Amino acid sequence: MSATQGTGRADSTGHVGRTVVDIAAAVANGSLSAVAVLEENLAAIAARESEVHAFNLVTTDRARERAIQIDADVQAGKKVGRLAGVTIALKDNMCTRGVETTCSSKILAGWKPPYDATVVRRLADEGAVFVGKTNLDEFAMGSSTENSAFGPTRNPLDTSRVPGGSSGGSAAAVAAGFATASLGSDTGGSIRQPAALCGLVGVKPTYGVVSRQGLVAFGSSLDQIGPFTTTVADAALMMEVIAGHDPLDSTSLPQPAPMLTGELSKGVQGMRIGRITDMPEGSSPDVLAQLEAAFDALRAAGATVVDVQMPSMLYGLTAYYLVAPAEASSNLARFDGVRYGLRVDAKDLNSMYGATRAAGFGDEVKRRIMLGTYALSAGYYDAYYGKALKVRRLIADDFAKAYTKCDAILTPTSPTVAFKFGDKTSNPLAMYLCDVFTIPTNLAGHAAMSVPFGTGEAGLPVGVQILVPALGEAPMFRVAAELERAQ
Amino acid sequence: MTTSSVNLSSIVATAEQLIDGWELVVGLEVHVELATKTKLFSASANRFGDEPNTHIDPVTLGLPGALPVLNRHAVELAMRLGLALNCRVQPCTFHRKNYFYPDLPKAYQISQYDQPLNIDGWLMLPGDVRVGVERAHLEEDTGKSTHAGGAEGRIQGSDYSLIDFNRAGVPLVEIVSRPDIRTSDQAKQYVSELRGILLAVGASDAKMEEGSMRCDVNVSVHKPGTPFGTRCEIKNVNSIRSVGRAIDYEARRQIDLINSGGVVKQQTLHWDDSAGRTNVLRTKEDADDYRYFLEPDLVPLAPDAAWIERVRAALPPLPAARRAALATLTGAGKESEAVAVIVERGQDEYISAVTKVGGDAARALIYVQQAFAEEPATPRVPAGDIAALSLMEKNAKLTSTQAKTLLAELVANGGGDVLAMAKAKGFEAMATGALESIVDQAIAADPQAWAKYKAGEQKAIGALVGAVMKLSAGKADGKAVTALLQAKASS
Repeated sequence: MSATQGTGRADSTGHVGRTVVDIAAAVANGSLSAVAVLEENLAAIAARESEVHAFNLVTTDRARERAIQIDADVQAGKKVGRLAGVTIALKDNMCTRGVETTCSSKILAGWKPPYDATVVRRLADEGAVFVGKTNLDEFAMGSSTENSAFGPTRNPLDTSRVPGGSSGGSAAAVAAGFATASLGSDTGGSIRQPAALCGLVGVKPTYGVVSRQGLVAFGSSLDQIGPFTTTVADAALMMEVIAGHDPLDSTSLPQPAPMLTGELSKGVQGMRIGRITDMPEGSSPDVLAQLEAAFDALRAAGATVVDVQMPSMLYGLTAYYLVAPAEASSNLARFDGVRYGLRVDAKDLNSMYGATRAAGFGDEVKRRIMLGTYALSAGYYDAYYGKALKVRRLIADDFAKAYTKCDAILTPTSPTVAFKFGDKTSNPLAMYLCDVFTIPTNLAGHAAMSVPFGTGEAGLPVGVQILVPALGEAPMFRVAAELERAQ
Repeated sequence: MTTSSVNLSSIVATAEQLIDGWELVVGLEVHVELATKTKLFSASANRFGDEPNTHIDPVTLGLPGALPVLNRHAVELAMRLGLALNCRVQPCTFHRKNYFYPDLPKAYQISQYDQPLNIDGWLMLPGDVRVGVERAHLEEDTGKSTHAGGAEGRIQGSDYSLIDFNRAGVPLVEIVSRPDIRTSDQAKQYVSELRGILLAVGASDAKMEEGSMRCDVNVSVHKPGTPFGTRCEIKNVNSIRSVGRAIDYEARRQIDLINSGGVVKQQTLHWDDSAGRTNVLRTKEDADDYRYFLEPDLVPLAPDAAWIERVRAALPPLPAARRAALATLTGAGKESEAVAVIVERGQDEYISAVTKVGGDAARALIYVQQAFAEEPATPRVPAGDIAALSLMEKNAKLTSTQAKTLLAELVANGGGDVLAMAKAKGFEAMATGALESIVDQAIAADPQAWAKYKAGEQKAIGALVGAVMKLSAGKADGKAVTALLQAKASS
């Protein structure tokens, strides 16, 4: 197939996205130049970035140098990687050597890491071209990207709406054709929910499958990096590149990356798909209708749908909002004005700490630091953090029971399609509820992904979430590919 | 970590150990830097004394995104120490201890909390005093702050502060004793014995003056048979001598305070060595809440039985056992100074080598103690040379004075042919007959001294011995001369 046609879906602007798989193949065989791919993205950025604000930084010069180099390598007959010429946007909480990494926080503005995150190195080794660093909710704390210190990102499909969060910039960048694919991080749904709201495929791998080295930590026991792509096959290829053991991350599982592209054509014949009968309420009818349609599609493809129970699902939210802030309160303590980032001078050490952190962190970050500090404090630990850990185990137990009956579970990714700006900013709890379906996966350390499935209110995309047990990436991608085919 | 307090202890001070009727209760928390090549969680060098901030990296500096990776050698050294302290090595976890300070880069220290690597050991002091070791756990060191200007080198009131992160992330083991120590001497012996064990197993260079071994001392006083008193923790105790002084000072302070109607408050104190007193750093009310929680960036550590046994099997003989062996070999007391000193220097194996090639162990002990203080554990002088020297002296071929001269020469030259050296110097011990005639000459030459000596004036013997040595051109054995004079005087 001609590389210029591609298989990507047309977005609302009529832009025909190219896919990772197509670009990599075409650039490697010399039928498409990496520079041409990049220039198409840069043109899209020039046209719409001021409106969308997907990026904190567009690294135009570095990207051009890199694309030229890749084309030269192809011309010279050198071996190029599996992602040759593929343009990728990185969430701005992943360290990039010599390139500003801010976490969308004033406290880190201007900080240039002296090293690359493992995922960045792995993508670069396979020939990826980095377009820039994308906007996020400050330190990945939020579900709409409205908590960025540098202003919100808009959903390219409807700029009056949020792209979701916290990886909103990474989702918007791919949805707007600013990059072929992107990386996000997912602590409680921060890849899957924006993928759903922007009509993309988004993967939260099993905890330990993708290295966290170089990812600025939010909730260390929950964080995982994963891809945003326009197709399931692209997501599979991206996973194969970024996953696999990393000796620099002690929580990285000692095994190679899962081979997923071979799974896509296997179908779901004979698979058992779980439907949660006691699912938390509050999802909008358009979303639930698409979920039903997804079950129908899988049934039609030969899967059986079985009922399962997840009584602890709703408690996941409460447990998460103790565990994640507790870890965050410790992870973010290093931003103290002593060694890097913002420092606000004051009369003595403690005043300097206070002034720096007061000026450097936004409200949501402060809220979570206080929550987490409180939850870990002497006298409160058992009642809050300790209890949250018990709920975490309960959720894992519920999942284990459910997975005796099924191979994967389908839920909505988000209770609603993309919502309007300001809808939930005044009510943190309503915002937290966005993640009710995504959070349990992180607490259990399992894998999950969101695939676009039909549209809902205002013609906006609906995402269906596929849940699987730890290391269930292979069956998860079989289901995802089937849902994509059913579109 | 603080020593868990037990209300009543089975260990009771003897009457002479009591201070005005008060029993002293001491527990020690000793931090030692492990002798690894690299840091506990990163590949930066673990080296003391280099230019500031030259052994740093993203992990050491706590840069965003950097993750710790546990140093296997540090675990092995910590296990070695634990096993040497008769601890149980168990599956363990790491926790974060959260507090803000500029030399703590991540604003938390990775340490071990409720599941330390080594637990329930003990250490034996001279006189068979057994001190329990509650735990010996792994943790990372902080950077080093230097506060310029201001009064006592403290951050309060200083003009500016400098931080050296070379030390940040250096592997430490914190050894927490049980409150089983009842005198300041025992505390000093404990630190000294612990230091000997650390050196023996190669876990640390244990240099208190360089800070690679640091003591915090918990002190309380109470009347025997009553619950323990409130304890104070003394920090900045940087030598074994200071351990004793700080405890003596603090015990006196607490006793005087109670006797004058006061109450001891739980405090952290700072030992001011030059002033010889403790000062309050903070009281319990404003103690930090460290918000310990499981370190999510590390996985549990569970050394398997095979690894533990390998480490145990490779343990070298420990100081106590070595002292006993040396005492048996040489016939010296196992708590004698010579035995202690030589084991501390690690030269006991050398003496054993001297003995193996036929040398006289008792004399070798004296030679080595006297002349090898500046020598390494394996002295440069071949063991055979010392063996030859000891035999010549033993067989009265040399006087002790002559032996001493040759010993000094051996040390200076790193060995030598003792027989040839003795010949070159014209050394040969005098036969008893020849010696007696010289002694008679000396008496005849100085009848006054002889009369005084005979009358009981002991120091008069000096002149006579000196005269004999002169007449014999140094070949007479001083001891033999003295014995001869004594025999003549009492006959």
